[in-house]
Amino acid sequence: MDFQFTAQQEAFRQEIRDFLRQELGPDWRGGKTHEMFSREFSRKLGKKGWIGIGWPKEYGGLGRPHMDQLVFGEEMLYGRAPAAAHILAQNMVGPTLINVGSEEHKKKFLPMILSGEVVFCLAYTEPQSGSDLASLQTNARAEGDYFIMNGQKTFISFAGDADYGWIGVRTDPNAPKKHRGISIFIVDMKTPGITTRKLDTMFDHTLYEVFFDDAKVHKSCVVGQLNQGWYYITQALDHERVFMAATIAGYQRIFDEIVEYAKSTKRDGKPISKDPIVQQKLSEMAIELHVGRLLGYRLAWLLEQGIVPYSEASISKVFTSELEKRLGNLGMQVLGLYGQLQRGSPQAPYDGYLEWEYRFSPMQAVGGGANEIQKIIIAIAGLGLPR
Amino acid sequence: MNLDLTEEQEMLRTSARDFLTKECPKTLVRKLEEDEKGYSPELWQKMAELGWMGLVLPEQYNGMGMGFMDLVILLQEMGRNILPGPFFSTVVMGSLPILHAGTEAQKKEFLLKIAKGDAILALAFTEPSARYDAAGVETKAVAQGDSFIINGTKLFVENAHIADYIICVTRTKKGTTPEDGITLFLVDAKSPGIKCEVMPTIGADKLCEVVFKNVKVPKSNMLGKLHEGWPVMAKTLEYATIAKCAEMVGGQEAALEMTLAYVKERVQYGKPIGSFQVIQHYCANMWMNVETSRDILYKAAWNVAEGLPGSASEVAVAKGWINEAYKFVTERAVQCHGAIGTTRDHDIGLYYRRAKSGELAFGDTDFQKELVAQKLGL
Repeated sequence: MDFQFTAQQEAFRQEIRDFLRQELGPDWRGGKTHEMFSREFSRKLGKKGWIGIGWPKEYGGLGRPHMDQLVFGEEMLYGRAPAAAHILAQNMVGPTLINVGSEEHKKKFLPMILSGEVVFCLAYTEPQSGSDLASLQTNARAEGDYFIMNGQKTFISFAGDADYGWIGVRTDPNAPKKHRGISIFIVDMKTPGITTRKLDTMFDHTLYEVFFDDAKVHKSCVVGQLNQGWYYITQALDHERVFMAATIAGYQRIFDEIVEYAKSTKRDGKPISKDPIVQQKLSEMAIELHVGRLLGYRLAWLLEQGIVPYSEASISKVFTSELEKRLGNLGMQVLGLYGQLQRGSPQAPYDGYLEWEYRFSPMQAVGGGANEIQKIIIAIAGLGLPR
Repeated sequence: MNLDLTEEQEMLRTSARDFLTKECPKTLVRKLEEDEKGYSPELWQKMAELGWMGLVLPEQYNGMGMGFMDLVILLQEMGRNILPGPFFSTVVMGSLPILHAGTEAQKKEFLLKIAKGDAILALAFTEPSARYDAAGVETKAVAQGDSFIINGTKLFVENAHIADYIICVTRTKKGTTPEDGITLFLVDAKSPGIKCEVMPTIGADKLCEVVFKNVKVPKSNMLGKLHEGWPVMAKTLEYATIAKCAEMVGGQEAALEMTLAYVKERVQYGKPIGSFQVIQHYCANMWMNVETSRDILYKAAWNVAEGLPGSASEVAVAKGWINEAYKFVTERAVQCHGAIGTTRDHDIGLYYRRAKSGELAFGDTDFQKELVAQKLGL
């Protein structure tokens, strides 16, 4: 066994760090509402060649191995790089098109994803189809060379800003199993009949509802083969796993700031860090972060061996998202009364980031497959328990 | 990075698992819990024939010349099966400090015997103060001619009652720091003045009270340098902590597997209870603990084996995590088993008890957290 990164990987890490520091400055904490969406930054990253670093070279990527991607992900997250505008396109859309897309789709979309010019939204969830995603009802009916789309999506990130939507749609209502009647469409978000409505969250980010009212799209919008969408959805999740492997790095940054605050701030005449209860909590979190990081390394390692780590990915998702909530709470506890101050208050430590983190932290356990569902996947697929 | 075991390590694991399953069934484990000695000399000899006692010893001492990582793999299997007896105290607590700090003559004398299975060792460190640090060492050794005279009481000394030799950690002077003035001695366990009594414990692991009253040890049995024994002890504690973690990870694996088998087969309301989501969640949580424990064990063991800086804090992180994980996994295991899991007849209780004794060995969770806090510079 060997837990070390190579010298090249460490050099790459430093290069990313330097780049981010230069582009964002040392105190960057996200945009106005701590959001990480910036078309401008995505374009810069595209110019640098740092979108799709794991994509195969023949499709314009750098073909870097998973461990390099892990390093990249870690530094991007630790640096809070505002990479949200291209992240779904890079992690889900591109890899799926490379695997199953038509030449036309590849030629059209891959270059614009790599240059950071395009924003995709991913629209699967519906009001009645959350965890039971395969029950989705938004449908597309064939009509000559076109499909007519009707239905509603909800909780969709970036839909109001997106150029294109990557939409899960029912195309065969009579399929013997509900999974088999689903297709993926790439649609221009400006298509008549597609409208969006804002859905504000308690963490200040805007999600969207997306409505389809007889939206007419050409049949060339279908990704890969008709009615194979469910498989594409689940396969695309595989590509996302390596980015999940880096998640802890973002939390490490938050933790480092909490520790820094505890050491440098006095309460009752002595540094907060001297309080044994605070010490206990910080040290507990340090242990958890350590453990979480290794889970990520294990994920990246398995992927590099060509193994799709289903259960490991679910574990990692559950572990890190539950940890994030504890971290959000820890930050506010250490800050005491100051913890409640929001961005905009001159007295808010770290520009209110920890207060925001507390509001944001429940999101990860809910989104991307609720933790309860992940555990059932682990139990049935990973541990062989009966249905 | 390479997170796979080597082929040799996989083979060692398989052969150890097969051997222990066959030679150390739970009936024997139970019997040895009640046994005065607490080990089976026949099994001990068979293990020696496999070369286990000398696994990490160099070939010139009849060892197999393998590494600490390999020992970790073996200990994981021992924890998984529960192997009662003096392997841990002899090999981890005994042979490692001799290998690292002993004179050539001491190595020849002790390591050859250990490798052959002809010597059982114990390490007497903790005292009634019940601390795992240098400040806890008050047992005195005073020079007298060519010998030292040891006086003091040691507690929680595993297997001292069957040991041929006891490594005794003593204070030979009051130094400027608690670490200064510690000296280790290799004491013949039959020396006059040693009184040893087994204490009943939750892990049934033969922890002893050992009283040293005017025990005379020749100077030549000093292990390491006079007053400078603490680094040897600290290093031994690092190895021992990881070794204990390895056992505890193996125990978690066993508890999880027993539970999975049980919930697939136990039927209530006309269905296997493993089909109920609440049980599935329990099992997923258990697995999460097992997986994370294994990764953190290997990471810390690798750090220690490679002698990398910062390994002490890696060890503390690992033990802190694994302590809680083993307790969690065994507690859930008992819960999933229901009432049968609380009986003496059922194996799960063997693990439940060892999770707690494992936590206490070489520093409980609070102790490890304190070390981690120091590392964070709090």
